Amino acid sequence: MNWIQATSIVWVPLLAIATGLLYMGIARKVIARIQRRYGPPVYQNFLDTLKLLSKRTAISHGTIFDLGPIMALAGGLLTLLFLPIGGYRLLSFQGDLLVVLYLVVIAPLGMALGAGDSANPNAAIGMARGLTLMLAYEVPFVLAILAVMVKYNTASLWDIVQAQAGGWHHWNLFALPLSAIVADISLQGMMGKKPFDQPVAPHEIASGPMVEYGGKYLAMLQLYHAVAIFVETSLFTVLFLGGGPLWAFLLKTFVVFLVAVLIHAVAPRFRIGQAFTFYWKWPTLLGLLGLVWALVL
Amino acid sequence: MKVQEKPKKSLSNWARGRSLWMIHFCTGCGAMEMPPTMTSRYDMERFGIIPMATPRQADLLLITGYLTVKTLKRVIRTYEQMQDPKWVIGFGSCTLNGGMYWDSYNTIKRLDLYLPVDVYIAGCMPRPEAIIEAFVRLQEGIARGEFDGWRRYRENLAWYRANQAKVMDVNRWGALP
Repeated sequence: MNWIQATSIVWVPLLAIATGLLYMGIARKVIARIQRRYGPPVYQNFLDTLKLLSKRTAISHGTIFDLGPIMALAGGLLTLLFLPIGGYRLLSFQGDLLVVLYLVVIAPLGMALGAGDSANPNAAIGMARGLTLMLAYEVPFVLAILAVMVKYNTASLWDIVQAQAGGWHHWNLFALPLSAIVADISLQGMMGKKPFDQPVAPHEIASGPMVEYGGKYLAMLQLYHAVAIFVETSLFTVLFLGGGPLWAFLLKTFVVFLVAVLIHAVAPRFRIGQAFTFYWKWPTLLGLLGLVWALVL
Repeated sequence: MKVQEKPKKSLSNWARGRSLWMIHFCTGCGAMEMPPTMTSRYDMERFGIIPMATPRQADLLLITGYLTVKTLKRVIRTYEQMQDPKWVIGFGSCTLNGGMYWDSYNTIKRLDLYLPVDVYIAGCMPRPEAIIEAFVRLQEGIARGEFDGWRRYRENLAWYRANQAKVMDVNRWGALP
């Protein structure tokens, strides 16, 4: 038990990468079955990453272009270390929820910096859309998190998990249902799943920020994407589904991810303006109601 | 032409074969056979082959049909933007010998003179079954380390450039890509 805790700073990032890549593969399989296709094997994304890492050449467009994917991956991994994964505390401290709120922004900003340096108009459009979308979903997401913080009077993720212990009826999903719904809608935008995949719309802007990235850079972004999926589903699990031991934790993150994928598979894409209006209208309103719920009840 | 390296099996070659990201340069009518190959009916994603949005991310260039001299320049530029190792599939009779454009004044007849083609699909039009067979052949060859058109292009660049310059000068399409 003790040495697992002690080495967690090593195995948690590896677990996040492996789980994220597996989830991405499962998502492709699920989408294929919804479209009545056979679909790729679930380990396809491991093969893709291996292939990208073994590319011989990689064109660079400058220093910031090189640093962008590294900053994105590092930001994702740093956020991960503040989350209580499966009941293990890594860098947790009082008030780490506020730190996490700042850290989740680092990765998209790194991506935006790198994309900006590639000087491709499609990348610039994708970057602008990504940052606009971030501005849109952060407001309802922060309202949902505020409700949780108000209910337990703490900003520590560890305390929030502890407060939800003792059965499913203690989970915030049932204690604060409005905020949970708002957070899940925000999660859809955070993960870039449809209807909020405007930043990387491949048919409009040729995969947006990633347009000039190839070879090993793309492998780095693939790994970042895997970590990001794990971080975002974990954050929701910690805040609203009560954490749990490692197997239950992974199961819960998978369910959260699967809900997002199922919506993704059947939804069309909003325009960026529509997405912005949507987020600042209904989820924000629900989020305010959820905050009142947390204050009154 | 120079002697090529001996083919060898490796883990990365295996992964390269199992995960081909494709950019299809829709020049001719062959592009029409791609949608059924990609979608539910023939589903090429089960082989790990998916269409990509940009040449930077792609491993496989698909030339679907005849190439006019004007388009050839864009195709060469697209090919050179792709990252090594990369492969080319010539699609349909037009890329083999000109096909029904055999006496046309402004299309190229043999794609192999201008780009290193790894696999040809004969036919006018090749059906999705033929395309999938070509994909599987390419994957098996890549896993064995056999297809190395990208190395051939790099090592014999002067020869390819000379061929490219021949058609482009004749048609006054300016400098090399």
